[in-house]
Amino acid sequence: MKADGDILITLTVQFALMSLLALGGANAVVPEMHRQAVELRGWMNERVFTDMFAISQAAPGPNVMLVTLIGYHVAGLAGALVTTFAMCGPTAVLAHFLGRTWDRFRDAPWRVAVQAGVVPISVGLVGASAIVLTQAADHSWLAVAITVATAATAYWTRWNPLWLIGIAGLAGLTGFV
Amino acid sequence: MSKTEPEPETAAPRLPGPPIPSHADLFLAFFKITLSGFGGTLPWTRRMFVEEKRWLTAEEFNDVYALCQFLPGPNIVNLTAVFGSRMRGATGAMAAWAGFLIVPFCVMLAAAMLYERYGDVEAVRRVLSGIAPAAAGLIVATVAKMAAPMFRSFGPAPIVLLVTAFAIGLMRWPLLLVLIVIAPVSIALAWARLSQVRR
Repeated sequence: MKADGDILITLTVQFALMSLLALGGANAVVPEMHRQAVELRGWMNERVFTDMFAISQAAPGPNVMLVTLIGYHVAGLAGALVTTFAMCGPTAVLAHFLGRTWDRFRDAPWRVAVQAGVVPISVGLVGASAIVLTQAADHSWLAVAITVATAATAYWTRWNPLWLIGIAGLAGLTGFV
Repeated sequence: MSKTEPEPETAAPRLPGPPIPSHADLFLAFFKITLSGFGGTLPWTRRMFVEEKRWLTAEEFNDVYALCQFLPGPNIVNLTAVFGSRMRGATGAMAAWAGFLIVPFCVMLAAAMLYERYGDVEAVRRVLSGIAPAAAGLIVATVAKMAAPMFRSFGPAPIVLLVTAFAIGLMRWPLLLVLIVIAPVSIALAWARLSQVRR
């Protein structure tokens, strides 16, 4: 079972690294997950990746659980455990330590500058996620229309996103997409 | 803080401070949040911590959350660690972290198994082909909301944002390399701008 061990190590290293680079949360590293899983390592095709992202958005719980789906697809239960731990563990340790020193530096000029410099990067990364996901999911004009309608409704109203997901799923089921 | 003996009767009437949650409290609080966490866990976390248990004031909650947004990694998972650690140290962080992840992990595991088994069924395919573009649309809206205030102000932020989105989203360059280049540049630009403002 050498191959299995190898893939678990690859998953651990890649996802732990991603978690530490995830400025702005889990959505910031969707493009890197896509690059690793689809483009670089061929763990899944484009369709499976967008399916998994859709499931992670529709299911209860934080969006980061996308990594659990990817891990399971690549290496079963062990893969799911490994990706979830690697994505959620290292930054929690960091948070534990930084949570204690944070208050001391609250008004330090360097901290203000670091924060001001990091925020636009994290928004840019989520923007990159939006680009990668729309390119991957929108194969027809109707799919594009669903993306636009969902984005517009979520931007201008305070509807629960779950309703939008439900309506889109129904539109898909009835064969409009 | 964790005084156990009752206040002397003669003491001036004082509002009781918020109780410090035990390890079990931490585990159960986050466990319960994930049970009600359809459509995002943040509002439920705030409600339980600030309004129900009064473990944090609204300001303290905002402060903790600001730190968690600033840290890399999943924000809400970071929040479990920061809060648990402030209340009960490293083991408290672990209790909160585990309480938060157990339900979503099991849900996702079930979803993964169902997907591997039924993902190719025609009806499932159709539903997912409708949900996938909607899920992408939700991210588009999230970005628009976050980016809008940046484009209303002058400074380097909108340019950094666009360059990052271009490099990762369109060019598909590796994240590590892009961050190594752009993070120091962006922080230096922010530093220069802040010292300009301060003068």
